[in-house]
This record gives sequence, C-alpha cells and structure tokens, in this order.
Amino acid sequence: MSNWKLKIQSRDKWAWPYTIFLICLVVLPLVLIGVYAFTDSTGEFTLLNFASFFTKSTAINTFIYSIGIALITTIICLLLGYPAAYIMAMADFKTPHVIAMLFILPMWINFLLRTIATVELFGMFGLPLGEGALIFGMVYDFLPFMIYPIYNTLQKMDTNLIEAAHDLGANRIQVFTKVTLPLSMPGIYSGIIMVFMPTVSTFAIAELLTHNKIPLFGSLIQRSFGEGGIAMWNYGAALSLIMLVIIGLTSFFGGDKEDINR
Amino acid sequence: MQKSDYIIEVKHVSKQFEDTKFALDDVNLSIKKGEFVTILGPSGCGKTTLLRCIAGFQVASQGDILLNGIDVTQMPPHQRDVNTVFQKYALFPHLNVYDNVAFGLKLKKIDKKVIEKKVKHALKTVGMTDYEYRDVSSLSGGQQQRVAIARAIINEPEVLLLDEPLAALDLKMRKDMQMELREMHKKLGITFIYVTHDQEEALTLSDRVVVMREGRIQQIGTPTDVYNEPQNCFVADFIGESNILDAIMVKDGVVNFCEHDFECVDKGFGNNQEVDVVVRPEDIYIGKVKTEDSPWALHGEVKSCIFKGVHYEMTVLTDNGYELMIQDYHAFEPGSQVGLLIKPEDIQVMKKERLCNTFDGEILEDNNVRFLDEIWSIPERVADRFEIGEKVEVEVDFNRVNLQDDEEDGTLCGEVHFILYKGNHYHLTVRTDDGDDIYVDTNDVWDNGDRVGIRIAPSYIRLYKKSPEQNTL
Repeated sequence: MSNWKLKIQSRDKWAWPYTIFLICLVVLPLVLIGVYAFTDSTGEFTLLNFASFFTKSTAINTFIYSIGIALITTIICLLLGYPAAYIMAMADFKTPHVIAMLFILPMWINFLLRTIATVELFGMFGLPLGEGALIFGMVYDFLPFMIYPIYNTLQKMDTNLIEAAHDLGANRIQVFTKVTLPLSMPGIYSGIIMVFMPTVSTFAIAELLTHNKIPLFGSLIQRSFGEGGIAMWNYGAALSLIMLVIIGLTSFFGGDKEDINR
Repeated sequence: MQKSDYIIEVKHVSKQFEDTKFALDDVNLSIKKGEFVTILGPSGCGKTTLLRCIAGFQVASQGDILLNGIDVTQMPPHQRDVNTVFQKYALFPHLNVYDNVAFGLKLKKIDKKVIEKKVKHALKTVGMTDYEYRDVSSLSGGQQQRVAIARAIINEPEVLLLDEPLAALDLKMRKDMQMELREMHKKLGITFIYVTHDQEEALTLSDRVVVMREGRIQQIGTPTDVYNEPQNCFVADFIGESNILDAIMVKDGVVNFCEHDFECVDKGFGNNQEVDVVVRPEDIYIGKVKTEDSPWALHGEVKSCIFKGVHYEMTVLTDNGYELMIQDYHAFEPGSQVGLLIKPEDIQVMKKERLCNTFDGEILEDNNVRFLDEIWSIPERVADRFEIGEKVEVEVDFNRVNLQDDEEDGTLCGEVHFILYKGNHYHLTVRTDDGDDIYVDTNDVWDNGDRVGIRIAPSYIRLYKKSPEQNTL
C-alpha cells in the first residue's frame, strides 16, 4: 500500500517541470496582461485603456472588421470543408487515409511560408493583393482545420443509422438533412472553433497579403507592442484582454453545444 | 397464378463481394404472406447478406428479388415496403424515443395528430408507453430494441426484417422478447423474416426455418422437419445435439450402423449403399443389462454422466467402439454396463454428399499427377496407363488423407474448417489456401482453424480416365 502511494507521489514529481513552464510562460504573462491592462504607464490603476478602445472609432472598426473577416473565412471554410469531408468519409475509397493525408499535408509546412508562397502566386498571376487575397490566404491556411474534425465525426458515424433512415423511407437528401448533418454537428462546432479563433487574432497573414494596408485586430495589438514603444503596452494589454474574452466566449459557446450533442 | 401467394420471392440470387467467394450462391426462397421465416446459420453463412439484399442495402450480383410479384432487385431501400430492425438497434442518438418512432411518418408529411396517435399505438404494441420523451441513450438494451421495433412497424410494412435483433440481450431478456415477438407477429399479421445464428431461437419462433451454410441454402422446412429430418450432416449437427454415424443401407427398411442391423422407415436408397444416419440423443433408450439374451440392440459402458437440469447427458462407449451421446431422465453411473435401443422412426437416414474426394487432374512426366495446383507422385504402374498431359479424374478416400501438424511436411497446406464427430472417428473438412475442400476421416483430434499440412501416399491416389466408366486402376 505504502509502496503504491510512493509510486504515485514520485509520479507527481514528473509534472513539476511542466508546471514551472506553465507558471512562467502562461500564468505569469496572463497576470501581467491583466495588470498592464488596468494600469497606466506610471502603474496607477485606471480604466482609460479600455475607454480609449471603446471611444476610438478606428479601433472599434478594426475590431468589427476582424471579426467579420474571421466569420467570412469560417463560413467559406465550412462550405468548402464539409463537402470534402463528407465525400472522403462516405466514399469507399480503398485508401481514405491517403486522401485525408493530402488535406492535412499543407499543415506540415509553416503557415508563414505558405502565406509568402501565396503572395508570390498572386504576383505571378498578376492578381491584386488586398481583402480578397487576405480571405483567400486565410481559407487556404485554415481549411484543413475545418475538414479534419468534420471528417472525423462523419467517419465514426454508425453506417447502420444511415441505412436505418433509408429503410424508414428517407431519400438521400432527407438522410443527409435528418441524420448525417445533425450527427456531424460536434465536428462542425470544433471545426468552427478551430478556424474562427486563430483567424480573429491573426496579423501576419494580413500584413503579408495586404502589404500592411488592411490592419486586423491582431495587427493593432502587434503595433501597440512593436511600434508604440513602452507607453503603448498598457493599451496593447487591454486589447489583448478584450480578444481573450472574445475567444474565450466562442470556445465556451461552442464547447457547450458539443456537450449537449453527445 | 401462384404469384399472389408469395410476398417475397428470391430467385437464383447470388452475391459476390470483391475478391472473395460467393456470399450468396444461387439462393431460391419463397415466403408466404404472414409467415414467420427464420434464416439460420453460423456466422459468415450469408444470412445477413440475404436479408440486406431483401432490404435493399445490397444489390444482388445475379438473380431477382420479387416483392409482391414486383421486381425490386434494383430498387433503393426507401422505396421498398419493408422495414428492418437492426442488430445494434441503430436508433438515432440525436432524437428522443418519440421522434425516433415518428421518423418514418414525419417523412411522409402526415398530419401531426395522426402521427401522435400512431406513435402512441406503436409504443403500446412494444410495451413502451410513457417513454416518449426519454433520451434513447438512457434506455436499456431491451428497451432500445423495443423502440427499434416500434420504429420499424409504425410504417406498417408488408415485411419486417429482423437482423439478429436479440443477439445483444442477456438470456432471460432474450427469452421474454422471443415470446413477445411471436405475439407481435400474430397481432400485426405481417411477414417476419428473422435472421439468427441461435438454433433454439429459430426453432422456437418460426413457421419455417431456412438453414444456410457458405452462401447456400441447406434445408427449408418447419422447425420439426429440420430437427427430425435433417437433409444432411451439417443441418443435423448445427441444429440440436445429434449422433451422426456412417451407415450402410442394407435394403429398404434396414440400415446397418455400429455393426448392427437396425430397422428403419426409410426407403429408396438402394441396397448396400453408404449413407449417414442421425439419431438424436433423446431418442436412444438406455437401460440396465439384466439377462444374457437381452432385447438391447447395442451394449456398452457409460463413460460420463452430466446433469443438465431436466435430463442427464451420458456418453456411452459401445462394445464395438462407437461413442454415442444419450439424454435420459435417469442417471446411469459411469462404469455401469447398459443396453441401448433405437426405434425405427427415430433413425433419420441421409444420402451421403460424397463417398470420397474427387479432383480434376492432369498426368505429368516422371510419375506425377497435378491436382489442386500441386504435384503429387503416383506409382509407376499407375502412371504407365496414361499419356503425359492426359486429363484424369482423381479419387482419394477420406481415411487415406494424412494430416501433418507441421505445414512444411505436407504437399499442400490448409486449415481445418469443419469437424463432424462420427461416433468412432472425426470427419474433417480441410480448406486449402486456394479455397478447395478436402475431406478427411481421422482418429486424431484437431480443432477448428488448425493449420495442417496435407499428405497423400502415392498408392492411395486413384486415377480414372475422364470418361467415368473406364476404371484403370
């Protein structure tokens, strides 16, 4: 008994390095963001950082615009990704994994490299960079994150359920709307979260694909820290906190739905 | 003119999946309106495939399926007037009990009040009233199966297909559900086609039993028919306990097995023909031997005696070396001397499917013959009678095939596929890696699935010219 306890205790110790890592690089920065967000450059408590965000129309507009772009990207990814995942999961390919791999393969390459390649491609074909290029680049970068969770739920779905629906008189379209789609909702939710969250906060793609012309919310934060100097850190921290809350809300909302469905 | 009698007709249906043997091989089956038909067989016999072809989930490679006289072979499942109860229930997890049951009716866009009435009625039929708004995942296996049945019968199909619906339930529950299914069948008056591997279930439930093996129908008959008059060893062995023995039909009404001439009621097999006989363990009378000139047909010693609840199951080794299984209400201690009697009508005589192994062969150089894609040597005096390259018929007796533990020791490799105990020896079916069957009589004990090497001594390979009359040995 004591021996067994000892083993558990000694195993607990293995988690220490990661705990220290977590504290130093996740918890502490979060606390610092909070502290900076609610203080001014002299260290006094203030709500001015937030006030200036909500009063500055450029900041608010950028924020809304970022969310809009993220939503459009997510919707396009869903519209492109669902059929792809569906075809992959339903067709009796002898090697579905190879095809799944083809969709996953772009993820092996760093997204910055892919984005730079996209810029070059647009240049090669003489296409203008800007909003269209931005959405194209984001869809291209995040499509696999939509396809994979949907493919996963569809593939795990009991084929008997589809047969049962057919058997009860449903044609192909009815089988899809009444059984396949509702049962793949968990996959859709996690796909949406996995695409929406990073697109809301991205800035590198926007910088590269719009030649820095269209700033996203992520870009605002980045500029506050990068170009604004130490005086802007407090404002940047407030923006970060706002984004954190938005992302937190999405995942909370999405995760909740997923639970209900299971 | 008989067309209207049958609700389902399966005509010469074969189904072949890619690169495998036939899942269904020329299946013919006609089912009357309102019948309760069970398709019975071991796993992999094609019973589920047949059901799925009728349901429309699979399309037959050859042949036709008629529903009410209309060819539905190519018709998709949602247009067929049949409904299926799946083995694993297949209830929609995102819908509650009510919506699951109403699924079929809602598709038809029927008035909501009518749907509600019908759902209530269907749930009442399966004894699930008051469960309407329960989550299906909160139900027990038996309850889920009831909902699945309600969902299938609410469409009022002409035929209800049931694919091992009770297989996942525990014994007690299964027995209860069997009775309820019978009742439901009577009440609803629709045709039930029921697939199972459980022979007891098949005998209990059905009007007719269809016994299948390896894609072929072995026998179709009432439960009493298939039990009392099995048409071959497989059916006899698969359904119930049985003693299956090699026998010789001496003449009409007399059959010899266990070295004794028994009176029987079977006729028309010809004189001195090799046959198989089946005697059910409960049909053998057992008693103590008292005087020298007793009335017993066979004498033997009890080897084991096991209490089975209602009866005792005993193994008796007869004086001439046959082992028989006997069921009786009285126990006889192991070691006691007993006499055995069998009534003429309790002996079921069956034509032997084959008397020896036969293969197509070809004579090769250097006293060799090729059959089953292997080269076998034969004695020179036999080889001399044929031309090189001549096609011949090869025969090998069951007891002349030699099985080796080590696959390397055999000319050919195979797997023990089916075992039949014949009282004093085993009759094995060995399937070679190319899918051919070799039948073997042996005293050695093998298990199903054992890998074996197959050897045949040259002198036991009999060759005949292709024209069957000329015996050249």
